[in-house]
Amino acid sequence: MKTKENKRGKIITAAIIISVFLFAAIAEKVAPPSWNMLFMVLKKGSIYVLIAVSMNLLNGFTGLFSLGQAGFMLLGAYTYGIFTIPVEDRASVYQYFDGGVIQFTIPVPLALLLSGLVAALFAFLIGLPVLRLKSDYLAIATLGFAEIIRAIFQWQALGPVTNGSNLLRKFPVFESTIAYFAVVGLCVAIILLLINSSYGRAFKAIREDEIAAEAMGINLAKHKMLAFCISSFFAGIGGALLAMYQTSVQAAIFKSAMTYEILLIVVIGGIGSISGSIIASFLYIACSEWWLRFLDQETILQPTERGKFIIVMAVVFVTLLVLMLIRIKKPKGKPRALYGTGAAVCAVVLVWLVYFALTGQTKVPLLRNGFRMVVFSVIIMIIVLFFSHGIMGTKELPDLFKPKEKEDGGKEAAL
Amino acid sequence: MSVVLPYLLSGISVGGQYALIAIGYTMVYGILRLINFAHGDVFMVAGVMMVYMCASMPWYIAMPLMIVFTVLIGFAIERVAYMPLRSAPRMSIMISAIGVSYLLQNLVAYITGGLSQQYPTIPFISDSINIGPANTKVVTVITPFLVIALVFALVMLINHTKIGMAMRAVAKDYDTAQLMGIRINSVISTTFVIGSFLAAIGSVLYFSNYTGVTYTSGAMPGLKAFVAAVFGGIGSIPGAVIGAFIIGISENIVKGFEAMLAVFGINSNIGIATFSDAVTFALLIIILVVKPTGLFGEKATDKV
Amino acid sequence: MKNFKKVASLLLAGSMLVGSLAGCAGAAPAPGADSGDQAAAPAAASGDKVVKIGVYEPASGDNGAGGKQETLGIQYANSKTPTVDIGGETYTVQLVVVDNQSSTEKGPSAAQQLVSEGVSLVLGSYGSGVSIAASDVFKNGGVPAIGVTCTNPQVTEGNEHYFRICFLDPFQGTVLANYAYKTQNAKKAYCLSKLGDDYSAGLVNYFVEAFTALGGEVVEESFPEGNSDFTSYITNAKSQGCEVFFSPVSIEAAANIVEQAASQDLGMPILAGDTWDSNVVCGAAEGKNVDICVTTFYQEGAVPEFDNGLKEYINGDSTALANNGGNDMIAAVSAMGYDAYYVALEALKAAGSTDPAAVQGVLPSVTYEGVSGKIAFNATGDAERNTAFVKKVNTETGTWDFVAEQSI
Repeated sequence: MKTKENKRGKIITAAIIISVFLFAAIAEKVAPPSWNMLFMVLKKGSIYVLIAVSMNLLNGFTGLFSLGQAGFMLLGAYTYGIFTIPVEDRASVYQYFDGGVIQFTIPVPLALLLSGLVAALFAFLIGLPVLRLKSDYLAIATLGFAEIIRAIFQWQALGPVTNGSNLLRKFPVFESTIAYFAVVGLCVAIILLLINSSYGRAFKAIREDEIAAEAMGINLAKHKMLAFCISSFFAGIGGALLAMYQTSVQAAIFKSAMTYEILLIVVIGGIGSISGSIIASFLYIACSEWWLRFLDQETILQPTERGKFIIVMAVVFVTLLVLMLIRIKKPKGKPRALYGTGAAVCAVVLVWLVYFALTGQTKVPLLRNGFRMVVFSVIIMIIVLFFSHGIMGTKELPDLFKPKEKEDGGKEAAL
Repeated sequence: MSVVLPYLLSGISVGGQYALIAIGYTMVYGILRLINFAHGDVFMVAGVMMVYMCASMPWYIAMPLMIVFTVLIGFAIERVAYMPLRSAPRMSIMISAIGVSYLLQNLVAYITGGLSQQYPTIPFISDSINIGPANTKVVTVITPFLVIALVFALVMLINHTKIGMAMRAVAKDYDTAQLMGIRINSVISTTFVIGSFLAAIGSVLYFSNYTGVTYTSGAMPGLKAFVAAVFGGIGSIPGAVIGAFIIGISENIVKGFEAMLAVFGINSNIGIATFSDAVTFALLIIILVVKPTGLFGEKATDKV
Repeated sequence: MKNFKKVASLLLAGSMLVGSLAGCAGAAPAPGADSGDQAAAPAAASGDKVVKIGVYEPASGDNGAGGKQETLGIQYANSKTPTVDIGGETYTVQLVVVDNQSSTEKGPSAAQQLVSEGVSLVLGSYGSGVSIAASDVFKNGGVPAIGVTCTNPQVTEGNEHYFRICFLDPFQGTVLANYAYKTQNAKKAYCLSKLGDDYSAGLVNYFVEAFTALGGEVVEESFPEGNSDFTSYITNAKSQGCEVFFSPVSIEAAANIVEQAASQDLGMPILAGDTWDSNVVCGAAEGKNVDICVTTFYQEGAVPEFDNGLKEYINGDSTALANNGGNDMIAAVSAMGYDAYYVALEALKAAGSTDPAAVQGVLPSVTYEGVSGKIAFNATGDAERNTAFVKKVNTETGTWDFVAEQSI
């Protein structure tokens, strides 16, 4: 299925990537401290990019439904921490374990590599029994393994190595956003190369039809294991980067909720689209950690703001209501319950808005701690229900910039 | 025996509560092939509703109302979040379940302010009683009997009523059942109604025993109940119940393992109790590897 | 249709880029454009200058209940003294409250929010793990922080920007061990910590050290996250002949432990640290056959004016009442939050500037006579405290009874 090279798309994509890098590099030097949130989002977002892409490699490209990502991140984060904490700081970090048993450090790049390797090694050991399982059974087994790993790392008896329930900290971290970008960029590039290699095609074949793939001579066990280990390798590196970003690491954060978060990112971006995962990671982190934060604060509106607020709310919800009502009438649309509920919610909000406008309140209701996460989860539900293919579907960024006639050609070839 | 008895009692009680949640998982999975991640949170929401309703009305009015509302919530979740995705890929619908679970948790966190709520005391079942050497609550003792009674009723429903037959048909072959004129949507709704009803009952038993209700209260019991369902063979109701009891008991034995050894004069202090959850998952993986369909699962070819 | 989808996805991708640029561009001229401004607006309108104090506390998660009570103390102090004179000018104090969700993962971004809002200093947090996790964010942002009730030594150790006004775990653990061994006459202790929770693991560790040094024997166990069934742990404590049940865990678990200890007839006193000093624990223990003692920072009744003022504040505001757990019992952490706020004001006055670096410079020499006692920082930035209060639950009234003032 070799179609014409999409040169324009590739050039534009490369330009976007380079400009983002340049922007981050320059902005970081000159930006005032109030831009800190942006760099926080860029750092954490880029780490989530790596983890989401590694999960996408497994779930999206190979069709193996694994929920063990948090466990592999934990392995990576702990490996990095354990081997890089400076010897002189160990006494204070391992304060309950007499400085721990490991009394040497290795250089940062090596530690990053090692954290990936340790995660991959565990993936190999875990994969031996569980990769034979199918779909949901594999998911629940890997989820179980992640929980077991977490329990082991918190075990007091292993304290001299893992510091038990306590935090690992004082390890060297990357200060600049660009360093995170570089490591993540390199890893994602490797994953892209892999996906476009013969291995990648084999993975996709397994996703489409295992039996057919096997008939074509693809060694199922070998390729599944390979995908599983590679995905875990990069999840391990992602975990190490996450530890760096947090400057401390504790096993308690690597819960199944974290895996679900990453799965959501993958789905929002589009299962099987690397650029989708990348965009979704940044969007997800920005929304959950930054843009929506104002929803957590109780807010009193000034008269001018109040007018704007009412107008914006009215426009948004009237549009939504109309969209929902149009869809309800369509017999071939999605089931009516969904659109009915949506329309009802919009109508309630609008009725309330009229009441709000008439009574002259200035305090925005509902805004208090926790509302951010409610709104955020509603947004996620909307994306999942109305855009079930995610932002990018299975497309990649270059596909979007294809010249029109060429795209038609591609379509024909696909047909 | 007197050493092990208290742990067995705790295990049976916990197992009974897991069982009521596990039935909801296993029935939904049997029919839709969907891990309904939101089920544990429906259970938690039932607990929170009871807390709020008991603040303004006596428990004997609050309880039936709470059960009705929980059933409605379960029904609504299916209609709004799962039905539109019936033809979508399996992963989409599971993500939708995760999304609903996320939404319910955040909503409850917002309403309760993230604080733990004290579950109301329900007369009689919250009282303390003595059984031989062990002290416990009445609810601990009645849970297993109530579970067995409910399961018996449920099995009767599935084996001897029309809707039960329809459920079995849909679980066996979704498409053919549809061709035979079974109204799939009403069968699925019934499944969710039954599951939510049992989760509501389960929440009363569970939270009468463990009285703090928080927005994360449903996550762990939910996950363990799902493990129990897989363990017993997903799709099989007696399997789910037996799986739940096995998991409840093994978990408590692990918690008390070192104390039991100490009674026999073997002193170890390595913290085996740390692994009470891990053992649950280890058991699951072992059973999946040895017998992928679970203890009582049918040898089905369609579970791919 | 395909074209439509293409356009839609292009739009989405584009809006993300524009959004992120607009987001930071918007934030650049006016720090904290979204949230801070609106709250600051009334103050700004009246022509005052504003100084921002960050409040880095959990409002959800495991430590949500305690964090809220601590924040309550800070807010009460702020309502009582909303202005401060810095360098001859009157500034209005604006609290910037963020929720660290009791999580070492979410904490750093909440801390980053405070730094980018341009706060002069930070108060918090309840719970040591989140404080340690955010420490470097404050350090890199050049913002000093005052820990209110984070008792782990690692919070301030080696950190010039982190101070704290409470006692430390080694001290608290020793006090508790002494109390258990000498006053309660226990020779064998059962210690239950939460797996993966640095606070309980740390305190248990110091307790065990001190208790065994006195000649006692201990059994140590831990329960996993999300566990609410403590019956087996209670059975373990009973069957191994322990004489005191030491479990310094979060309030959420505490309520369950109390409830189950009562129904299982534990038959030994329960001992815990500062986290259990909460009306949730009292409420759970009311009318039950349990014996609960805790060490804490403040005993209700010590400073009646403060007590009455705070009670009035709590009862006058339904949100505050809910945040305090539904009644007006005063938690020690509220008193600590109250004191921390005044220490912050002292520091701002002494610095004569709202510049975080200047505040950090003067903090080591700041002293303050608070409701919880005299506060002065030592070389590592810890408050020099040598007494803790021991309280006991009165199960008839569901309130705390003062037992003793303990020191090592």
